[in-house]
Amino acid sequence: MSMLVLTLITGVGLGALYFLVASGLSLIYGLMHVLNFAHGAFLTLSAFIGWLVAQALGTASWGSFLLSILVGALVGAAFATLTELVLIRPLYERHIEQVLVTVGLSFAAVALFEGIWGTDPINIAGPPWLKQTTEVLGARIPNTYWVLMIAAVLVLAALVIFLQKTRYGMIIRAGVENRSMVTALGIDVRRSFTLVFAIGGAAAGIGGVLAMHYTTFVSAHLGSTLLIFAFIVTVIGGLGSLTGAAIASVLVAVLQQFANSYLSGTGDFIVVILLALVLLVRPSGILGRKA
Amino acid sequence: MTLQRAQGPRRGFSWIPVVVGAALVLLMAILPLLNISIPGILPTPTYMPGTLALLSLCMVFAALALSYNLLLGSAGMLSFGHALYFGAGAYGLGIALEHLGVPLWPGIFIALIGGMIIAFATGAVAMRVSGIPFAMVTLAFAQAGSVLVRRNSGVTGGEEGLSLTTELVPDFLIGVINTRNLYWFTLVVLVIVYLVVLWVDTSRLGHLARATRENEQRVRVLGLRPYRAKLIVFVIAAVLASLAGVAYMLLQSGTVPRAVSADLTITILVMVVLGGVGFRWGAIVGGVLYTLLDQRLTVIAGSEVVAGLPDVLRIPLSEPLFLLGVLFILVVMFLPGGIAGTIDAWWRRRRGEKVRLSLRSMDDADAEAEAPVEVRV
Repeated sequence: MSMLVLTLITGVGLGALYFLVASGLSLIYGLMHVLNFAHGAFLTLSAFIGWLVAQALGTASWGSFLLSILVGALVGAAFATLTELVLIRPLYERHIEQVLVTVGLSFAAVALFEGIWGTDPINIAGPPWLKQTTEVLGARIPNTYWVLMIAAVLVLAALVIFLQKTRYGMIIRAGVENRSMVTALGIDVRRSFTLVFAIGGAAAGIGGVLAMHYTTFVSAHLGSTLLIFAFIVTVIGGLGSLTGAAIASVLVAVLQQFANSYLSGTGDFIVVILLALVLLVRPSGILGRKA
Repeated sequence: MTLQRAQGPRRGFSWIPVVVGAALVLLMAILPLLNISIPGILPTPTYMPGTLALLSLCMVFAALALSYNLLLGSAGMLSFGHALYFGAGAYGLGIALEHLGVPLWPGIFIALIGGMIIAFATGAVAMRVSGIPFAMVTLAFAQAGSVLVRRNSGVTGGEEGLSLTTELVPDFLIGVINTRNLYWFTLVVLVIVYLVVLWVDTSRLGHLARATRENEQRVRVLGLRPYRAKLIVFVIAAVLASLAGVAYMLLQSGTVPRAVSADLTITILVMVVLGGVGFRWGAIVGGVLYTLLDQRLTVIAGSEVVAGLPDVLRIPLSEPLFLLGVLFILVVMFLPGGIAGTIDAWWRRRRGEKVRLSLRSMDDADAEAEAPVEVRV
């Protein structure tokens, strides 16, 4: 029983991490049809800078932990904005080249991070509470999972409110629906592209700092590993659907954790099988619109 | 009339590429017998093993880039899982020799069949979607392959990699003294890959694949089957990649998990885009140029000149992959046709013909086929 609860809750926690990365990807794809390979680089840079901030202020305090998350979000947003303005915007509407540019950026960024911070993973520390566990129905859940869940719920809520209630959220949703119509109404859709990139980058930045606490180390390849799962999640959830991404994140991560604990560590493989099944049965994903 | 004018001069000159190609192959074939030094590019004179090994590696990657160009350039499929089939060839040969104990030639056959089966299974599923989702799905499959290779260390050697069982390989392909034979072997592989790609491109299948790239709907309306054509091209490209993998395994006497990683796929993509998507000779140029640059930049990165620079310059310069990534971005942004596309466009413009860039036209086809996607909450 406790094993079951442990697997389930850690699965949801891991799903929360996937969602933080996948939400930005899904939004960007939904609006701009850009598959952003550089998302992993946003995440990795945020983690490194977040770690530098936490180190400077003392790793054990909650204040520095929260500040490192905030800095991570800002770094992610800044990096993403810069990417959009410098690399994506000049290639307006040329999707394959946009993908290639982000591929090149992630390629170069990982190499640069290795040059600056070395190739070996750096062990990190956080508030001592994160290392402890909380008992739920006899299962001892590591506390990092709670933090991941809280962060993901907050990000999801913020995104929903932003998209539903604000003017820019409305422009983004309208832009996804029919971009030429929005442009015809005299609204500059391109500004919302930058905005979507910044939001996605911020979510990835939060995810990056938390992923670093989850794995307890940070390396230049932190983002690339997570990015592949985020891709899988966005395809299963339906490209462009935020709710789909949230559901798929939890589904994929729980399944992965169950396979890891009950089927002798075959989690990664099961996830790919799930992807293949979803594609065979419903190529547009769980909540994707029928093509 | 316009049709005739477009084809007329071409038909007249069509023997030139054949002669140039044959001459190049001949030159490459006799290179190990000559003593040519190109300082700064090649580490040693051409008859020495160092240069021959480097040139062989160039040819392996040129063959791999050619197979990828068949996929991306001809059929318009942006796959991020091509390394899987390269790895299948390399690991397939290694596993066949080590665990099945078969001689080299049946081993190569097993490796190619293995690559073909994997390509057929993964390709059939991945082609349920197209465009960008296709890229993501192939990436996921390649990642699963990479995880399998890293985990099952009993079969694949895990992180350590798998070394070639040399007892089962004929003596003339083993050792530094025989680098020359390996060089000829890879040259033969490259020529085979080129001829197969040429054959596919000029066949009915190739025409169908290109038509599908341009407008899938129209192909379907004509009563043809785009899915089957694309799958066949995908499998052929994968088997050619496996063949390159086999050559890589023999050349390096072993393989590491990087041969199946997403990193390698991206490397292939960089080669093809650098050389020029949609041009066979561009893929070869891209593969060779990338391998040479990677090798040269690594030497420069380790040199004392770079070590003496301040950090701001030293760190980027000591990471060859960073420089290649930046070069790739610059090529995509400012030279979208790559080397071959730019030269071809210049040549065509001089003769007053219409210029088309492969990537651009793929985007147009994409935009036509694209169904709207929405963000829903």
